[in-house]
Amino acid sequence: MTVHQETISRPGSRGTRAGRPGRGATSLVAQDRRFGYTLIFPVLLVLLAITAYPLVYNVWNSFHHDNLSLPFLTGFAGFANYKELFTDNQFVPALVHTVGFTIVSVAVETLVGLALAVALNKPFRGRGIVRAAVFIPWAVPTVVSAELWRSMFDPQQGFVNYLLTELHLPLAHTTWLDGQWTAWAAILIADAWRNTPFMAIVLLAGLQVIPADIYEAARIDGASAWRQFTRLTLPLLKPALMVALIFRTLQSFLVFDVVYIMTSGGPGTSTNVLAYLNWKAFLVQTDFGYGGAISVALVIFALVIAAVYTRAFRVEQTA
Amino acid sequence: MTATTPPVTAPAATWRPARRRGPRRAAARSGFYVLIAVFVIASLFPFYWIVITSLKTQQEINAGTSSLLPSHITWSSYVTDFTQSDFIRPLLNSAIISIATTIVTVIIAAMAGYALSRTQIRGKPVILGFILVANFFPIIAMVGPLFIAYRKLGLLNSYPALVISCLIYTLPLATWLLASYFSQIPRSLEEAAMVDGGTRLQTLRKVIIPVALPGMFTAAILSFMLTWNDFTFALSFMSTPNMFTAPLAIVDLGQSQYQTFYNLIDAAVVIISIPIALLVIFAQRRIVSGLTAGSFR
Repeated sequence: MTVHQETISRPGSRGTRAGRPGRGATSLVAQDRRFGYTLIFPVLLVLLAITAYPLVYNVWNSFHHDNLSLPFLTGFAGFANYKELFTDNQFVPALVHTVGFTIVSVAVETLVGLALAVALNKPFRGRGIVRAAVFIPWAVPTVVSAELWRSMFDPQQGFVNYLLTELHLPLAHTTWLDGQWTAWAAILIADAWRNTPFMAIVLLAGLQVIPADIYEAARIDGASAWRQFTRLTLPLLKPALMVALIFRTLQSFLVFDVVYIMTSGGPGTSTNVLAYLNWKAFLVQTDFGYGGAISVALVIFALVIAAVYTRAFRVEQTA
Repeated sequence: MTATTPPVTAPAATWRPARRRGPRRAAARSGFYVLIAVFVIASLFPFYWIVITSLKTQQEINAGTSSLLPSHITWSSYVTDFTQSDFIRPLLNSAIISIATTIVTVIIAAMAGYALSRTQIRGKPVILGFILVANFFPIIAMVGPLFIAYRKLGLLNSYPALVISCLIYTLPLATWLLASYFSQIPRSLEEAAMVDGGTRLQTLRKVIIPVALPGMFTAAILSFMLTWNDFTFALSFMSTPNMFTAPLAIVDLGQSQYQTFYNLIDAAVVIISIPIALLVIFAQRRIVSGLTAGSFR
């Protein structure tokens, strides 16, 4: 450190360096690099320890028998754990549920989030307060959204059935969380209520970087509001839309908290999703081999989702 | 609307759109406000519902009916949560874990952010790419291996286990955020300080960090929120009620064999939402800018 300081502050050091370009410059750069590596080391260490290590360990476990409740069964398992994925009547239904939930929730949240972002991008009185109000559901813990909607959907004391009764609508006596499709509806609403604001935040940030004079020009050319939206806003919003979609699709695919709290995968296994199945494999069945196999599958699915989006985005950009 | 518009001659054509647009614009305007109102009600009404449920008396809850207003307002659910259920302990655990995670995050993410924006380390694109991928790593895939590791290290059911795990929520975002924040600080600032004879560490401490404080504050707020929200890790690694975090404790609260006491659950839900709601109200701009700075790069 001292050498570094002297080299820089000594008058005429520039001349010296110019005379011997090799040594002085390299040692400065080397010193700078060493300083940089020291600073970045903790973050890389922590992130490798909590992502790369679990990944490697999961891959290893997935090829071994490792079940805390079957301590006598150890050793190499080959593809037995992966075979179990397709023969145990749990993984495939959970995969179907997860994919269905991801598609529906992301579609709903994107459409509503887009409408919300466009509305909040227009100037009106009290916009700041309205923004804060609609962003609060995103900021509160998932436990809050899950418990809150469990309470809203309670058959006797909940608001949903109260409203249906008051309006003399059908389904007023539904026990929402006891039926497969009604349970999914409740989960979907809880998820959309919390995550639509996130969509809106990202899309709103995307809208705000679109220059206003583009619309001015379109208006002079006589383009209708709808035409402006489809021909100007949507194409210019693509980068933000892509970021929001990648985030939300991956989060939705790994949905856990809401399902655990509202239905625990029930009734039966009809709302079982991959993340919940994986958690149960690890901490209920304590089967780290089978759990490892599910985890590896989840990582692969996540990579595929990210790759598909990035590719779709690239293709559209070059086209 | 077109039918009622009288036929017009050429010179009048200039004002015809204006006249036609009048009522239409008013309709659009009120439609817009209706839409805004729907969004606000959809966002906030559920909170109203849990607040009134938390203020209902035990008799009203036992009656098993619902109403938009409690017949008697009582704070007894809050009192019960804090006395019989000892909800203070989980709140304290959550606060300790969130604050510790926030401090660790801000310090090491600021160091990394500085290294990424101000030093000539090799492989920056690879490092940034890795941090981004880490952000998308399935949380649930960490649970099994970390459970085994913590068991071996004797860290199960302890604060460090949760703090270390929760860094996955905070570190990628905070590092990206601070790297972009540091790169916006003009280089001339630190060059001036170095010419004046300061060492690099002195420059960092006395010049860079004070300028970067707002960015670090944003990273701190986001880190606190993300850790406060954790459920998965607490559920997986905390086994005794005295170590439960608030979100985990809520799930066990108000459950009896025969009935769910929503008044007790909802009182706790209101309590853990308050700090977050306050943060959103007072630091909304910071949170939004931090979130989007982390995601557009």
